[in-house]
Amino acid sequence: MTQQTIALEVFRYRPEEEHEPTFQTYEVPLKKEWVVLDALNYIKDEIDGTLTFRWSCRMGVCGSCGMMINGTPVLTCAAFLETYQPGPVRIEPLANFPVVRDLVILMSDFMEKLGRVKPWIITEKEKPVAEGEYLQTPTQLADFKQYSMCINCMLCYSACPVSGLEPDFIGPAAIALAQRYNLDSRDEGSAQRMEILSQDDGIWQCTLVGECSAVCPKGVDPAGAIQRYKVASTNDWWRSKLMPWGK
Amino acid sequence: MSHPTRYRKYHPKLYRTRMPIFWWVRKWTHIHFITRELTSVFVAFYAIELLFLLRTLTRGQEAYDAFLAWLQTPLALALNTIAFLMIAFHSITWFNLAPKALVIRVGELRIPPVAIAGMNYAGWAVFSAALAWLILSA
Repeated sequence: MTQQTIALEVFRYRPEEEHEPTFQTYEVPLKKEWVVLDALNYIKDEIDGTLTFRWSCRMGVCGSCGMMINGTPVLTCAAFLETYQPGPVRIEPLANFPVVRDLVILMSDFMEKLGRVKPWIITEKEKPVAEGEYLQTPTQLADFKQYSMCINCMLCYSACPVSGLEPDFIGPAAIALAQRYNLDSRDEGSAQRMEILSQDDGIWQCTLVGECSAVCPKGVDPAGAIQRYKVASTNDWWRSKLMPWGK
Repeated sequence: MSHPTRYRKYHPKLYRTRMPIFWWVRKWTHIHFITRELTSVFVAFYAIELLFLLRTLTRGQEAYDAFLAWLQTPLALALNTIAFLMIAFHSITWFNLAPKALVIRVGELRIPPVAIAGMNYAGWAVFSAALAWLILSA
């Protein structure tokens, strides 16, 4: 019995050879247990060793293998080949990012944006160790826990049309990460983050398309985080106007 | 003889794409989003129409009757029907999105998103009923 196969149309960009990308079609075995990443590894190992892509854990934890499959950003380690029958399956690098080579995008801009929102616990005064731990109730933990599930896979930036149209937009994952710390009962840095995120390239760029939350493989809701931030920013503004003597 | 080590900064030849002007026609969710944004134009239309109606009140009975007569023309009826449908779409989509921005707690309990959207719909129904009563009982 012959092995059933499926065609993969893979985005190729070899900057030393060509100015414009092309698509190369590979025929790979269609196995029930294979995800798209397995098919890419098959191509790399058996057909064409020059194909370049990022991957690491193969289990939806590291966030390295995000790509566009048939125009939608997904983790290729979580996308079963069978669901794309009869094919062909079009595989491209994540949209809204510069491409370095084949399916590898440049993520330096994203990394800089993540750092800009001060993603760490900020306290006005460090508590001495002798005073014990910072205690937190399950409700306080539940407040921010979903935002801490982000794996920095950048699918949300790829799905967000605002990120594509306005490259300066700080973006969904960075704002969700800021919210993760703002909502942490141990943190006192929300005013510092608000100063950064209420700028032109911050929360007000978001027009609530909602695609960032739809594509998130970890169930984080960046769109919700940004809207809550807008409410908090508006409240801050009113407070500063109505009670200018307050902190 | 040893040479000092020289490093060259990595300058990849990046490939960049631009979003096409009609980026939003490819996906149903994007069409839905653009439609929601465009419905704001019809909200503005209703507001302007209402302002014109108020203006006729300051210009006497004749002007008011003439405006009411214009409202009954096929063009005005068609415009208002489209505006009504668009504003209904506007209201429904925004009410459904309200829970994204509002997280309300009662003690330890977080009010579920459905209840927050439900409160918006209930408010809409109550205000509409009150207005209908006010107008019809006059």
